[in-house]
Amino acid sequence: MSEQEIFEKVKAVIADKLSVEPEKITLEARFIEDLGADSLDTVELIMGLEDEFGLEISDEEAEKIRTVKDAVAYIKGKLG
Amino acid sequence: MRRVVVTGLGPLTPIGIGAEAYHQAQLAGKSGVRPITRFDASALPVRIAAEVDVNPEDYLDKKELRRLDRFVQYALIAAELALKDAGLELGKLDPERVGTLVGTGIGGMETWEAQSKVFLERGANRISPFFIPMMIANMASAHIAMRYGFLGPSSTVVTACATGSDALGSALRMIQLGEADVVLAGGTEAAITPMAIGAFGVMRALSTRNEEPEKASRPFTRSRDGFVMGEGAGVLVLEEYEHAKRRGARIYAELVGFGRSADAHHITEPHPEGKGAALAMARALQDARVSPEQVGYINAHGTSTPVGDRAEVLAIKQVFGPHAKRLMVSSTKSMTGHLLGAAGGIEAIATVQALYHGVIPPTINLEDPDPELDLDFVPEPREARVEYALSNSFAFGGQNAVLLFKRV
Repeated sequence: MSEQEIFEKVKAVIADKLSVEPEKITLEARFIEDLGADSLDTVELIMGLEDEFGLEISDEEAEKIRTVKDAVAYIKGKLG
Repeated sequence: MRRVVVTGLGPLTPIGIGAEAYHQAQLAGKSGVRPITRFDASALPVRIAAEVDVNPEDYLDKKELRRLDRFVQYALIAAELALKDAGLELGKLDPERVGTLVGTGIGGMETWEAQSKVFLERGANRISPFFIPMMIANMASAHIAMRYGFLGPSSTVVTACATGSDALGSALRMIQLGEADVVLAGGTEAAITPMAIGAFGVMRALSTRNEEPEKASRPFTRSRDGFVMGEGAGVLVLEEYEHAKRRGARIYAELVGFGRSADAHHITEPHPEGKGAALAMARALQDARVSPEQVGYINAHGTSTPVGDRAEVLAIKQVFGPHAKRLMVSSTKSMTGHLLGAAGGIEAIATVQALYHGVIPPTINLEDPDPELDLDFVPEPREARVEYALSNSFAFGGQNAVLLFKRV
């Protein structure tokens, strides 16, 4: 899967879980500060990404995923 | 003692949304009972209910909605209706003096069922992080407080079918004792779900008159065979009298008395002679030092179950003696179905409207009155100026709550 494909899928999960407009979801966007997520939203978001990509993301790893770019890079690394 | 008046009505009911529509529907004797559309009920013995015809997106934004169980959505809509009806300007209120006390009989049943499925199929790690805050019963009051920034006491009453009345009575005390000047109080319920309909069904508590939905809720008739599940919310603005007068509010009625009791008898059956129910009614009268003869109307609990209606009639006779025959007694559940924790809320509104408009709402479907139940059940709406009116609510577990309102 290309980085662009991953980004598009991540974007769809974020738009659904955080109910934000897709155009606001840039690579630089931070979940909490820019996209309005609270602590429970971020848990749901990580669960959504796990489902979408068939991954398991540990709590320690999840804590480091703070931006859209973090998520795309993490998933790219995991999928190899 | 500080006096407490009703200044805002927020009914979200199966027969009408908003004070005027609800009032008109009662006068028209409208039934809100229909085949269930919320889920596929075709395999269940009970396939009818009184659903609320509302689009929550008209009141709440989409993002908000996804994180709210239906019982909280209904509470928020009813609170908004009540606040608007009261003409309260939020900017002029002291938020520290506004309380919230909207109860529910069950809580987030729909959310519970959906997440149980996730838990069983996919394991504990896949449960939504919003499951608990969506499901817990206190969230109706909590969300109303959050939405409007009300900082006064916020609490929750959970007494099954007595919830709404119990919450209003508790709110009365809050204002009387000086904890708050304004309280949004009442009940909310959203339990038209496969498990709830199935579960009340196996208890044989629900009517199975599936072929004639509008006739299914028929309190005080010989052919009554159980209640019809309803949903919705009833929220009232209760306000300290001087506070209401100062802002020139429209006062619908005064809430003058509250009586509570326990049957201490059985988990679901009422005391056969209505002992607890009678005690609660007598206490509501004593609370306001009103004699039984001063009461003109009772909005009955009247769920349309064989034992419940009988016990209530016996209880009324105990408290009112010969005056029982002169009382008007109606069950608006004949129209709305039984909204469980919200019933006391919407019925308090119906009672207040009866006093304010001078029209008693009917008991519809009274085609074959039970000869043993020989009170005046008001089969048609009736114009009458009544001084005092009671609203009765009795719960599973034998918890009883009765409100006494006075015309102003």
